[in-house]
Formats: sequence, C-alpha cells, structure tokens
Amino acid sequence: MSMEDDVLSNAIIGLDETDRRIIKATQGGLGLSLRPYDAVALEVGSDTHDVIRRMKRMLHAGIIRRIGVVPNHYALGYTANGMTVWDVDDARIDELGHLIGALDFVSHCYHRPRNLPDWRYNLFCMVHGHDRAEAEAHADEIAAILGDAARNHEILFSTRILKKTGLRLVA
Amino acid sequence: MKQQTVTLDATDRAIINDLQGGFPLSEEPFADAARDLGIDGHELMVRIDRMLKNGALSRFGPMYHAEKMGGGLTLAAIKVPEDDFENIAGIVNEFAEVAHNYARDHALNMWFVIATETPERVDEVISEIEVATGLKVHNMPKIDEFFVGLRFEA
Repeated sequence: MSMEDDVLSNAIIGLDETDRRIIKATQGGLGLSLRPYDAVALEVGSDTHDVIRRMKRMLHAGIIRRIGVVPNHYALGYTANGMTVWDVDDARIDELGHLIGALDFVSHCYHRPRNLPDWRYNLFCMVHGHDRAEAEAHADEIAAILGDAARNHEILFSTRILKKTGLRLVA
Repeated sequence: MKQQTVTLDATDRAIINDLQGGFPLSEEPFADAARDLGIDGHELMVRIDRMLKNGALSRFGPMYHAEKMGGGLTLAAIKVPEDDFENIAGIVNEFAEVAHNYARDHALNMWFVIATETPERVDEVISEIEVATGLKVHNMPKIDEFFVGLRFEA
C-alpha cells in the first residue's frame, strides 16, 4: 500500500445516501449543460451548492480522482497500446516502480501478484505509441532502467476493445 | 484497431491536454474552464459534446476511485480457446461488474477490469465467471499503484 492509501484507510471517508446518489448520477458522465451541477442536484434531491460542496469533499478525499475529459487514445492516433509486464526482483519493485511510474510515456504502473505457473510478471506498465515500434522503444527505455532487476518481460498489445463502459461503482 | 483517427483543431487539442483534470466545481464550470482556453462556456460545451460523439473522448465527468469508495477493483485474465473467443467474450461482458475488456496477443488473451461495490464481491464475481465460462480466471489485484496518469498529448 502507498502512504496515501494508508492514511485513507485509517480514516475511511463516510459516504452518506446523498453522496451515493451523486456518484450514481455522475459515474456515467456529467451532463452537458452550462450549469451541470443543477441537473445533478435535481436528480439527487439536493441543491447545487450542496452537490458542489460534497463533490469537493470527495475530490479532496481522493474518492473522485479527477474531473475532466477522458481522451480515447485510439482516436488520437495512439493505436499501439502495450501492456508491458516485467518479472522484477520483489526486493526492488517499490524503488523501481516509482522510477518507471515517473516516465512521461507510462500512463499506468502497478505492482500486481504473479500467477505461477501461467504468469510470472509482477510489474505492469502501460505504454502508448503511434505504432508498435514506438511502444517497443518505450519498453526498451524501461528495460534499461530496470537492468538486472528484471529477469524477463513481454509486451501485450491490445488487438480489440471487447467492452468499455467505465466503472459502475454504485448500482 | 479499426478505429479512425479523428480530426481536431488547436482548440480541441488544448481542451484534451488541459482538461483531463481540474474541471471546476462551480455553478458555471464550463464558463470558468473556458476562460483559460480563450473561448466561452457554450463553445467549450459544444466542443466536448462533439468530441464525445466523434470518439475523440470516451468520457467526460468525475472519475471515481473504486477502492477509496469502499469498493473492489481488480484486473483479471483468461486463456480463451481461439475458436470459442466470441462466445466467451459475450459471457464475460454480460457481467455488469466487468468495466473494460480487451483482447490481447498472448496465451492469456482476454484481460478485463472488475469493479464491485464491496471488496468481497470481487472473488464472488471471479467464481461466477469461472462457472459461467468453465475457464480459470487469473486474479491480479493491484498490490501497489506507482502511477495512474493524465498524460495524453493530443
């Protein structure tokens, strides 16, 4: 767990029924009107100021990661989206994971469990390129940083999106 | 991927690069966000609407953090026989808890994100998918998060 997660798990932010209604009303996206939080307030039975205050609180608590646009990288020409996976020395994964996560071409970087014997990799880093060669060049840069600490790696390119609905966290 | 690359002008690119976070929590957030882009709130709204429709954007709004809400989240993978791929994809996608699902070129060829209201529910969903598909589901919940990014340059 990161330090941030530790702090939050020690002080779980209580969500009441109105917060959950706000999440349900906005998890699929924010409506396009000039005063979008008015519509949220109407839907959840509150007023605009209360909705804004509650969403600010959730943003500060990290329950909302961010508010904004989510680009579709395929449509922007980033058609080579590689999940690079690395078999990294467990003793060094924290130190190295932070270094790799700081690279500007890495969009997500996680430590995940191995699933032996089918799956030996424990560090997952998403890299994106306009073609596979560009993504592979990024993987080479990661390999150079990991050095001897990485025993093996692969790049798994996505060949098709089978489903993309966004998270539905509250039913 | 078959998807077409869309055409964007400089203002569209500025919206994509500058508004991946920080959309205001205010009474008139489009007007407030538009000021820095040199357009008005209505134009910003129209451009976001157009980019959602033409596929340049996949979403607009708050991104929630599943675990911090008390929910469960994991990445899972299945080794699917190629000749049964469409059928298995259909079964997996039927689960409301499956948020994203990608085909990838590996022996483990189907990778999906499971998001649930409670952490306990993750294991239940995995068991249910195993029963429904007859295939082993590899569960790879994050142990640590080093970066989740904002950094798409349009």
